[in-house]
Amino acid sequence: MTVAGTESGRTLFDKVFDAHVIVKREDGQCLLWIDRHFLHEGSFHAFNKLKERDAEVARPDLTFGIEDHYVPTRTRDLSVIDPAIRGMIEQLRGNSQRHGLRLFDLDDPGQGIVHVVGPEQGLTLPGLTMVCGDSHTATHGAFGAIAFGIGASEVAHVLMTQTLWQKKPKRMRITVEGALAPGVSAKDIALSIIARIGADGAAGHAIEYAGSAIRSLSMEGRLTLCNLSIEAGGRCGMVAPDQTTVDYLRGRPFAPEGTLFDKGAADWLALQSDADAVFDREMHLDAADIAPSVTWGITPEDASPITAKVPDPENFEDPARAQQVRDALEYMDIRPGQCLSDIRIDRVFIGSCTNSRIEDLRAAASILKGRKASVPGLVSPGSMQVKRQAEAEGLDRIFLDAGLEWVDAGCSMCVGMNGDLVPPGERCASTTNRNFRGRQGPGSRTHLMSPAMVAAAAVTGHLTDMRELMQAPVAGGNIG
Amino acid sequence: MKPFKTLDAITCPLPQSNVDTDQLIPARFMKRSRADGYGGFLLHDLRFDETGAQKPDCPLNDPERQGAQILVSRRNFGSGSSREAAVYALVDYGINCVVAPSFGDIFASNAVNNGLLPATVSEDDCEALLAGLADGAQTATVDLEAQTIRAANLVLPFTVDPVWRTKLLNGWDDIDLTRSHAAAISAFAEADRTRRPWMQPRKTG
Ligand code: SF4
Repeated sequence: MTVAGTESGRTLFDKVFDAHVIVKREDGQCLLWIDRHFLHEGSFHAFNKLKERDAEVARPDLTFGIEDHYVPTRTRDLSVIDPAIRGMIEQLRGNSQRHGLRLFDLDDPGQGIVHVVGPEQGLTLPGLTMVCGDSHTATHGAFGAIAFGIGASEVAHVLMTQTLWQKKPKRMRITVEGALAPGVSAKDIALSIIARIGADGAAGHAIEYAGSAIRSLSMEGRLTLCNLSIEAGGRCGMVAPDQTTVDYLRGRPFAPEGTLFDKGAADWLALQSDADAVFDREMHLDAADIAPSVTWGITPEDASPITAKVPDPENFEDPARAQQVRDALEYMDIRPGQCLSDIRIDRVFIGSCTNSRIEDLRAAASILKGRKASVPGLVSPGSMQVKRQAEAEGLDRIFLDAGLEWVDAGCSMCVGMNGDLVPPGERCASTTNRNFRGRQGPGSRTHLMSPAMVAAAAVTGHLTDMRELMQAPVAGGNIG
Repeated sequence: MKPFKTLDAITCPLPQSNVDTDQLIPARFMKRSRADGYGGFLLHDLRFDETGAQKPDCPLNDPERQGAQILVSRRNFGSGSSREAAVYALVDYGINCVVAPSFGDIFASNAVNNGLLPATVSEDDCEALLAGLADGAQTATVDLEAQTIRAANLVLPFTVDPVWRTKLLNGWDDIDLTRSHAAAISAFAEADRTRRPWMQPRKTG
């Protein structure tokens, strides 16, 4: 038997990881070089550690600050917002200035959510190691980078040394073959995977997504998929670079240009798992088996196709899982056996680093066009650049005409740190990535789904199979 | 960091799966300065109702479990965000060891960086330990050297990454260790400039 990544060929992950090892200890710990480090307002704990040691940032040129977690979305005027929130933003500004870091602040035309901005600006490239004090850093793996979230102690370590101690995780490949049915998106692939393997199913593993269904995804779709790797417990998620990746990067502000770009592109396209590479774990999925999905519980593993019914805790053999489902249904206030499509909602949210890119907004708008939302809701594009593009395409009019709010870019209602909250007891259909108890505000209830599914729920006021609205023609509407 | 060898302490059961970081410390408390301690925010919305009164059904509010330094929970403890504040909340409350069948990866490494031991036990051993605590066992002894947990007549093995074990046993901090490799780091960066010239972000300013 061969051991993964040794005698046999190497995986994509091995190739990128090995190229960054500075020191390898006997116990397996590797000192890794880090190519990109993103910071946000929550980074103040790490900067405080630097201050304690009177230390400097080792590589300001590879370190980027982005205002996203706490930023207001209905105004860009800091003088009118909660002073505690303003304080968080000002701390990041102070620390960025003090250490000479490039900061995407509220006035920057490139501002947005870190995991939307990185790719959009060409800061994210294949073959890089990338870290940020945010677990959804896995998103950037869509380009074939090793990208993962770190805690404040590690943020401080990277700031001071541009390196991180890591042990190579195990490698897992998830292969999705076949064509996705119309209306089925990357979000549905991800929720289906997590429902099958569990919220800790990929713990200790770096995931590579492969197969024809993955290849056919746009960069936006791959970003959504890799974003949710952490919700399966994965250390990171990756898709091997291909022509789609290279085409996306050409001409981005921070990406190389000219001959440097060509050299890069040649290196990037070589980043593939060898045909004889052995993975510690393999999982196969047939694209035809994936349906538009929603969550009904309080972890992303509590997901089912929209056509299904709410599960009954009595039907689970594992007592711990049965208890978990019981707790989830109690918190969510839904009944076992109830049709998922009968669950009424109070509001919708379209945004977050999972689903706030231009394609996501187009998908939601295609359902909302010519229709009215029957519940209130918020649409927050992932970056100001996405916002401008959506406005150029007239998508903002579709959202506003449907009765939804069209606001500025930020993490917003994904985590509610900026005050965009779901009120206690309310139920929100959301394009975000976490349906944890109280994630969108104390007592809030979250159902995760794709942007088109959220749009469909907004129209009907209950969880809805978007395919029904996709097929139904609307007077004067053009549902794609 | 203080070395972790053995811990003999009051132990609190928290028989739930997926105790995520949003529950460990809800986002709204993360604007606070660490100077005041994060212990009061630990599992805030499980411990307190809307009026701020203690919820009697939360095990952490059990008068007999006050002063607990060990927490026993179910699978996927600490899943979710990279917020190290989740570990600060535990540590500031007084918890130095969490026992569970599995942990969120980022949470576990954050824990070790703050001297908190994430001790992984099998699902069956975890259930046995929870049952022992439910039957009235008050304390447990965690021996990191021997990798065992003793409680309620049970002696259970636990696992922890060997690198983390060494780090905890010695109370080591990574930064000093890394700095001893300064020469190797600059040599790497230098060689990398020619190897991957496209790595450097193009636009600055
Ligand atoms: S949108 Fe949500 S998940 Fe994404 S970076 Fe912001 S807080 Fe994290």
